[in-house]
Amino acid sequence: MQGNVACAEGALAAGCSFFAGYPITPSTEIAEHMAARLPKKGGVFIQMEDELASIAAVIGAAWTGARAMTATSGPGFSLMMENIGFAAMTETPCVIVNIQRGGPSTGQPTMSAQADMMQCRFGSHGDYSIIALSPASVQEMYELSAEAFNLADRFRVPVFLMADEIIGHLRERIEIPDSVPKTERKPLPPGELPFHPGDDLVPGFPRFGAGHGVHVTGLTHDERGYPCATNPRVHEELVRRLVEKVESKRHEIADYRVTNPDAELVFVTYGSPARSVEQVLHDNPEKTIGHLRFRIVWPFPENALREFPNARAFLVPEQNLGQMAREIERHTTVPVIRLPRFGGALHTPEELVAALEALA
Amino acid sequence: MRHEVRFSGFGGQGIILSAVILGRAAVMYDGNYAVQTQVYGPEARGGASMSSVIIDDAPILYPKVRDPDILVIMSQEGFEKYGANAAESAFMILDSSLVRSRPRCRYLGIPATTEAKNTLGREIVANIVMLGALVRATGIVREESLEKAILDSVPKGTESLNVRAMKRGMELASGEKGQ
Repeated sequence: MQGNVACAEGALAAGCSFFAGYPITPSTEIAEHMAARLPKKGGVFIQMEDELASIAAVIGAAWTGARAMTATSGPGFSLMMENIGFAAMTETPCVIVNIQRGGPSTGQPTMSAQADMMQCRFGSHGDYSIIALSPASVQEMYELSAEAFNLADRFRVPVFLMADEIIGHLRERIEIPDSVPKTERKPLPPGELPFHPGDDLVPGFPRFGAGHGVHVTGLTHDERGYPCATNPRVHEELVRRLVEKVESKRHEIADYRVTNPDAELVFVTYGSPARSVEQVLHDNPEKTIGHLRFRIVWPFPENALREFPNARAFLVPEQNLGQMAREIERHTTVPVIRLPRFGGALHTPEELVAALEALA
Repeated sequence: MRHEVRFSGFGGQGIILSAVILGRAAVMYDGNYAVQTQVYGPEARGGASMSSVIIDDAPILYPKVRDPDILVIMSQEGFEKYGANAAESAFMILDSSLVRSRPRCRYLGIPATTEAKNTLGREIVANIVMLGALVRATGIVREESLEKAILDSVPKGTESLNVRAMKRGMELASGEKGQ
């Protein structure tokens, strides 16, 4: 099965019932597959006029209680940024897939990249937090696509599946489970104010049509949902909570894989470069090379770096100029070696071995 | 048992579908592992198209082909771009009706396009002729697995044409001696 198809199938298994999107290489197969599959399952597929409208429709569908998704790539992702901020501010659970291609601008439509990692974290204006997952196989396209909906519903944030063209277009063997784990969206208790947070800092969800009177606005709002845009205290409390509801749980949200924790030289990866590192570890079985692979990239789980107490260097192969390498540098005194490879090609195992030898 | 297979030809010959069918046969009917990748760009519309399959009995980590041991070449431009530098230890099947050059490695010439047009009546099944020849010559997947994967992948109403194309490829590979 192809990675993009597995992404769509994972979403369907998670109960996604609404997809709005605008086709763009290299993500189009997701929309094509959803267009074929969703109506037969009683869901809704809409091809929108552009990406601004796509994310807007997804937000609207989410407020009716649906698990809603869109998929795009760099240029469309840029167009979505305004309403991604609206989703963050209004605490709208939704899933946004970005099959990353070369940028900036229209860049390299058919080639792989991982250069939108900072944009997914910080691309809309204002302070907020989000969750981003990064699959390294067709199997993970399925599993993490499904898991993205659970995280979106639990934390009421936009959740990003940040794949790359190589994984999106890879066809490989996949085992489809009988079912996927499902977290229910916490409903708003009767009589509660619609934006009153629970102990977990997340308000119950006042689904449209469930009898709640609720006002949804991108303006700073109080717990009633009413605009309250000039009160510094209300704004600070709201924005701190939007960030803290995710960041305070980052070690619980964390999802990563550790191989050879005693190693001194440690590769840190997410997405397709993980496959090159796995090949290097397979070809050098003496356990001297470590590998930390993030399946969830944001919120950044810095404790993962401490799984390698003997590390004397973190080597970070990325299809960008060092976006996550910079984040890793913020959290460690161990030297971080950037191994950028962009233009569309995947790091070869040979070039990664050469990088190790340069440090030996 | 790792094999790296590279297909090349021009856009429209079904180069990518050939790789998908071979991978499907290996995974779904032989129980092995396979990954399929392709050069995915505008040049594939009429220009040299390329796709690859890695088949292994163990999970495949690095997904890109590095050193293909089997090549299926269906156009002269495909030969020049993706076949000419094949390792001497590799094995190539080429469409002798379209490829003028010959490689340094062991090879088998199959007039797939001519056969598809004249014997089978549809040029479009030339890639299936090549797949039949490939599997007969290398045994990379079981022949019955290939047939099932072809039937999964081709449009309704063309099943018997495609099975005849596969069988014709197998006959040609049995008749020709590799050079």
